Amino acid sequence: MTVLGQLSLGLALLLAAWGSVVGFVAGRTGRPELIRSARRSVEALFGVLAVASVALLVALIRHDFNVEYVALQTSRNLPIVYTIAAFYSGQSGSLLFWAFILSGFAAAAQWTTPGRYRHLMPYVGAVTCVVTLFFVTTILFAASPFERLPFTPADGNGMNPQLQNPGMAIHPPMLYLGYISIAIPFAFAVAALLSRRLDAGWIHAIRKWTLLSWIFLSVGVTLGMWWAYVELGWGGYWAWDPVENASFLPWLTMTAFLHSVMVQEKRGMLKKWNVVLIMLSFLLSIFGTFITRSGIISSVHSFAQSSIGYFFLVFLVVAIIALGWLLWSRLPLLHTETRLESMVSREAGFLFNNLLLVGIAFSVLWGTLFPIISELFRGTQVTVGPPFFNRVNIPIGLALLALTGIGPLIAWRRASPKNLRRHLVVPTAIGAVVAVLLVSGGVTDFYSIVALALAAFVTAGIVQEFVRGVGARHRLHGENHALAFMRLIGRNRRRYGGYIVHVGIVIYFLGFVGMAFKSEMEASLKPGETATLRSAYGHEYAFTHLGISQYEALNRFVTAASVEVQRDGQRVGIVRSEKRQHVDSFGRPSFEPSTEAGIRSGLLLDLYVVFAGAIAGTEEAVYRFTINPLVWWVWFGGVVLVFGGAVTMWPGGGPTKGAPRRRVAGYSVQIVEEKVAEKV
Amino acid sequence: MNARTKFIIGAALVTVTVGYLMAEGIKDTGVYFLMPAELAEKVATDPSLYNVGIRVGGRVVAGSVDRDVAAQTVAFRVTDGQETFPVVYRGIVPDTFSDNVEVVVEGRLMTDGTLRATNVLAKCGSKYETTPKA
Repeated sequence: MTVLGQLSLGLALLLAAWGSVVGFVAGRTGRPELIRSARRSVEALFGVLAVASVALLVALIRHDFNVEYVALQTSRNLPIVYTIAAFYSGQSGSLLFWAFILSGFAAAAQWTTPGRYRHLMPYVGAVTCVVTLFFVTTILFAASPFERLPFTPADGNGMNPQLQNPGMAIHPPMLYLGYISIAIPFAFAVAALLSRRLDAGWIHAIRKWTLLSWIFLSVGVTLGMWWAYVELGWGGYWAWDPVENASFLPWLTMTAFLHSVMVQEKRGMLKKWNVVLIMLSFLLSIFGTFITRSGIISSVHSFAQSSIGYFFLVFLVVAIIALGWLLWSRLPLLHTETRLESMVSREAGFLFNNLLLVGIAFSVLWGTLFPIISELFRGTQVTVGPPFFNRVNIPIGLALLALTGIGPLIAWRRASPKNLRRHLVVPTAIGAVVAVLLVSGGVTDFYSIVALALAAFVTAGIVQEFVRGVGARHRLHGENHALAFMRLIGRNRRRYGGYIVHVGIVIYFLGFVGMAFKSEMEASLKPGETATLRSAYGHEYAFTHLGISQYEALNRFVTAASVEVQRDGQRVGIVRSEKRQHVDSFGRPSFEPSTEAGIRSGLLLDLYVVFAGAIAGTEEAVYRFTINPLVWWVWFGGVVLVFGGAVTMWPGGGPTKGAPRRRVAGYSVQIVEEKVAEKV
Repeated sequence: MNARTKFIIGAALVTVTVGYLMAEGIKDTGVYFLMPAELAEKVATDPSLYNVGIRVGGRVVAGSVDRDVAAQTVAFRVTDGQETFPVVYRGIVPDTFSDNVEVVVEGRLMTDGTLRATNVLAKCGSKYETTPKA
């Protein structure tokens, strides 16, 4: 199997190289046989990388421990789900996974892109081939998963216990899918530059890709938060660690891109900016892999340090130079068609939204790289931690939240005072009422008050949009309210799907606010002893240590400690936390013991219990108890966001058939609705 | 004043604010990240490094870990091969913490030469790439 894998990789190298060259030549000359060849090499590349992936999977499933990668990542007693997940849990496997998915996306882009963009496709194929070529080269020359050992171990090393978690089985592929799918919009942007066809065509062509990539990134980041929360046992989900930041950076620039392309579509502005943003997103996704894989910045999520860092660095430098030159040479073609007419307009809102998102991205990048920067300029490493990131990003994040509310409510080009009154009066009033209620209710944390008031403001604005839209349909078409609601969303998926995504973001913010009110204590308890902790809502929680039990499970020895929880004297239930010692199939310990936090999740708060250890020979246990308000809402926000994204993406909503006619029709309906609504 | 000028002023304001927040944030929250040898050298010439927040990276000296579960404290020594500092930490150390493991100690250097840690981060060989057992 390794021979087959290695052979497929060699073939992939040749195909990717051929596809890169022939794609560029085909794009330049337009010769049909070359265009066909470029397309076929993209498809063939997908085929051979699929074969290589299957080869690795077979080696994993058959426990072929003579293959180094299999021996390092798995063991006989590892559950099958994690044996399959080992495909992407190690370094060289994850690179192969990356190359494979990229080639799949590249082929899908060739197959699904409508014919009217055919002039772009050879270039798109060439760019995806170049990127795949880089990954295949790195695999072949620095980190192949098909290396064999000189001997065959009786059992493998086993998977790190912290990775043996359902969240971890799906979090990395989601994040990878997000990272990788950025390459497709990026390839279209480069193709547009290369072909000098810089109208809005490429932006229409990638609309769904951009959204898809953004949804994957959001899900990946959120699942990463969830995994950190349930598995790492420190009681939080975001620590501004370099690896977390690396996943956040492309999300920020993609979010900015998602908004700024709308300005280009509607008003022909921001052409240069959009090209730069998508290039930045792509570079940041590569950069993210670079910092997580190279060990250049010390991180608790330390990955193996290896030579692949240099491959990434070289690729980044070459890419930046090449893209910089390409952009420079095409600048004259990227002039703006219209100018900003008023500061009080939708496009101005988008501009500030972009500015803030990029501001956050820049500060996160700066803070992440600050140890290196300070070493270069001052000779000593200075690090910044969560206090820095929170100080900078909470105010910017809140400004962004405010814009989330204002942006969709004000008109394009120039909002009239009447437009502003009509849309902003009610939400502003509701936000103000919430702020007053919170202050009179005794909440003193300034940022929390602002965040909750803004959350109310944004939500009210969105609800108002839905109510008015449904009302207008009801009056115009005589539909009942439920049908009107469904059709309102169905006929304007992009707009109302976007609103649903905004609701998801508001829900995230609720969860973030909750973290400002967490309470925590550590205690050493004998069986029967009780520790008490007060929640942010003023309830008294009593944790009574019940005892410790020990037993053997599938691939681990478990020491479990349980507490009974009472709230204000009322029994809530039992929460148990475990220390797990993983063993190989001979019963030998295979990793440092890991902690499994006990979590009791609720709408208002989570009880988070960590069993830190027992005092030798006794049943006295050391615990950390944390009460985390509103954490659940972060995960719920993720669900709402994905739902909104899916509504926006659902086929048929976009201009797939009869594009111009459809858009004109949609526009006239809006005018009618506007007039009717104004009369009322 | 046209919209473009107004926007440029607005953008400049945003940029300056972000820059200010970042500069202040680094000034107030940035801490030195030093290896024991660097720390020993710096502290010899600059006593102001005592009793301020620092981060020290290094390796846990094998056999130096003394866990007092009842008092919830862990004492150990951290080294970079040249200099060694004793560390006292009250709290729960991460799962990956053990002999010879690479750690980052966050805390203050006391005038008696002890690091009083407020947080200990431990790097295992890697979470994602297991090191084969010798």
